[in-house]
Amino acid sequence: MSTKAVESKTDPALLAHLYRRAGFGVTRDQIDQLTKQDYAETVEFLLNPTPETGIPDDEITRYMGGEAQHAYLAIWLYRMLNSRNQLQEKMALFWHGVFATGLIKNEHILSGTNQIEMFRRNGMSDIRSIFMDLAKDPAMIFWLDNNENHLGEPNENWGRELLELFSLGVGNYSEIDIKHASRAFTGWTFAQSPPLYPHGYYPADFLFDADDHDNGEKEFLGHKGNLDGGDIIDIIVKEPACAAFISRHLYNFFVADEPQVPTWNDLPPLDPELIDAMSKKFLDSGGEIKDVLRVMFNSDSFKNARSKKVKSPIELVAGILMLAGEYTDYRPGLAEYVQTTTFNMGQLLLNPPTVEGWHTGKEWIDGGNLTERVNFTVEQIGDGLSPGIKQIIDQLVEGDSLSTPESFVASTLDALGPIDVEESTREALIQFASNTESDEARSRVVRMLRLMVSTPDFQYA
Amino acid sequence: MTVNGNGKAPVLVVLQMTGGNDFMNTLVPYTSGIYYDNRRTVRIDEERVIKINDELGFHPAAAPLKEMYDKGDVAIIQGIGYENSNRSHFRAMDIMHTAEPLTISTEGWLAKAIRDIDPDGKNVLTGVSFGRGLPRAMAAAGVRVTSVGDLDTYGLMTSVEIEADRAEAMDIFKRFYTPAIGSGATMSYLKQTGDDVLTGIDRLQEVPGQYESTVEYEDNPIAKGLRDVARTHIAGLGTRIFYVQHGGYDHHAIEMPAHENLLSELSGALRDFMDDLREHDAAEEVIVYAFTEFGRRVQDNGSGTDHGSGGGAFIIGDRVEGGLYAEYPSLDPKTYANGEDLSHTFDFRGVYATLLEQWMSIDSVDIVHGKYEQLQPFKTA
Repeated sequence: MSTKAVESKTDPALLAHLYRRAGFGVTRDQIDQLTKQDYAETVEFLLNPTPETGIPDDEITRYMGGEAQHAYLAIWLYRMLNSRNQLQEKMALFWHGVFATGLIKNEHILSGTNQIEMFRRNGMSDIRSIFMDLAKDPAMIFWLDNNENHLGEPNENWGRELLELFSLGVGNYSEIDIKHASRAFTGWTFAQSPPLYPHGYYPADFLFDADDHDNGEKEFLGHKGNLDGGDIIDIIVKEPACAAFISRHLYNFFVADEPQVPTWNDLPPLDPELIDAMSKKFLDSGGEIKDVLRVMFNSDSFKNARSKKVKSPIELVAGILMLAGEYTDYRPGLAEYVQTTTFNMGQLLLNPPTVEGWHTGKEWIDGGNLTERVNFTVEQIGDGLSPGIKQIIDQLVEGDSLSTPESFVASTLDALGPIDVEESTREALIQFASNTESDEARSRVVRMLRLMVSTPDFQYA
Repeated sequence: MTVNGNGKAPVLVVLQMTGGNDFMNTLVPYTSGIYYDNRRTVRIDEERVIKINDELGFHPAAAPLKEMYDKGDVAIIQGIGYENSNRSHFRAMDIMHTAEPLTISTEGWLAKAIRDIDPDGKNVLTGVSFGRGLPRAMAAAGVRVTSVGDLDTYGLMTSVEIEADRAEAMDIFKRFYTPAIGSGATMSYLKQTGDDVLTGIDRLQEVPGQYESTVEYEDNPIAKGLRDVARTHIAGLGTRIFYVQHGGYDHHAIEMPAHENLLSELSGALRDFMDDLREHDAAEEVIVYAFTEFGRRVQDNGSGTDHGSGGGAFIIGDRVEGGLYAEYPSLDPKTYANGEDLSHTFDFRGVYATLLEQWMSIDSVDIVHGKYEQLQPFKTA
């Protein structure tokens, strides 16, 4: 499969790893192109989105009938599969997981989807802008009840989660800080949009209600004065705890599975050295996320972190659809995967279980979810008729890949990523290859592919 | 000292009310001026309360629960909690799941109970959780439990139509998921999980086909969860601990209609569940323990209530000695925790000890990390 790479500057397996993490996957043909340039160049390409062509948002929206949740999810999945700006899409998913906002309460679908658009737009900018946009985002305001946070009647929901889950982490602020931060955000609300019936969805706009704002003296993390929400954010983003917390979130999402967020105050990071390097860049650059990501993706720690993350359901689903070469142009049916398939595996985008976001890593897996994952990926291989799978089979049966059980297994693993498997998995696969040597070639490859996507190894990104 | 009378092994159903149920609006102190002074908006007016005595009464949406209470099947544990209650949902739930308020623990209290019941992991169905995601209470290294998303469609590689191909694939699949020493922690867990699925799947697949009942549950997630528990328990697969979850109790805003809806779903589902079990002569050996991660702030915020402490829990079943247990948290502001929260009156670890020792006949000291005062909520004869 990799015979095309005449002069290879970058290991194909490293590129496949980079694209599984910084994006949703990559085809073998694309990898063969990317091996001709340095790894760092590919990282720069991912860090600097270029104007997108060929994402028919309007067409999809019209086809799906407007801004309904399933229409937006279909568009989002389409972008994951087809956008060249893979990291931009991945960052939208990252922030969605950290600033987890749920439609189940908000119901105002346009606000929910506008929030994702906001993450796509600002996801690699500076942290102050990201927090300010978030604090003024109507979906977040409603989700954490800041519209109910009034002068003399503070509601602590936003103030608490801003500190606990979004910026500093437990242990880096006090209950008093929560109270004062909450007061500083009183009056940060939104204007009612026209009613849904008969007007349809209109965006809600941020509104600062000066009459409902608490102008009293506040004290927050050692700063005193008539602080307002912007001051709170200014104080937060300069805290070393914020730099370390956001860096650890990025590491947990892109590099290797950390324990769940509430334990971070008690358990040290897996790779303190990399977190320190990322935090330092964060503080030196004024919280430029792109600069922090550059440090992370170019680190040896990242490059060596293969199979150190369990795929989230959306990563598993988008990855296998990309492999199968499905939906390279828009067709109906896409919404089903993001409405039902990932939900059955424990993840419904736009509807995280709580404001803590999804529990990740090992917690993606239990008997029920593993069953769904295996059944789905096996079904996508199907009878080997989808364009991407058919191409893989054609190439394998045409060459001499199937000549020995060992080469059959090795070249099929290469075609699927390349992906890595443990020795015990490889032995079981070779056993299958030996048992079936006299069988018809195409059928053998289909059955081999089904087996490979059902391995424990395939559950890893 | 098993207290169920029919000789069957005792079964514990744990029901998690996720988000922090507002205990004051579930069991309302309807004669307290302090309650009404603090709850200007998020309150149950006296005429709506279903009274159980001169001071307390149920939320009107919990009428089915009140009926069960009147029959003596419901023990209400008032003021459950622990010192320095944590107001973070996530940490608070972790504490409930691990019975460990001071340090981070990776072992769930129910997983440890399952280990005690079935130390060699002979029955992968000893502990079964229904719904999406395995709760940490059921998780511990080396403990085999089963998690089922949807009981009606449970199966493996069902898309492979050629039976010989499917059998071949399942055979190799079994090899992939053979637990082995030397893999990393997550890989070992993955393999163990696959192995557990293979072990339990055939028996669970037969459950829906065996079940018949005249009870018609309502159409909501907690009713579905409890129906799956009932079907599996009735099938007699040896499950001793079940887990179900009911989400949505984090009512910072617009609490009144939302809380009413949840209590209505919950109490209706509990009534139907117990009726279903009785119809199948399978109720005596079952209790339900319904809990939440914390109570809510005494004073409302004009639309909902913020995180607080001093919550409440319920033990429900035919062998339960119904009534009020522990003390209702004091409404006197001088007693408040943090100056604004109800103080707990009974340690949750004592409730776990009660359930484990008196119902399940399991030594609780290692599970709850010490000895705690217990309740006496079960019939003795």
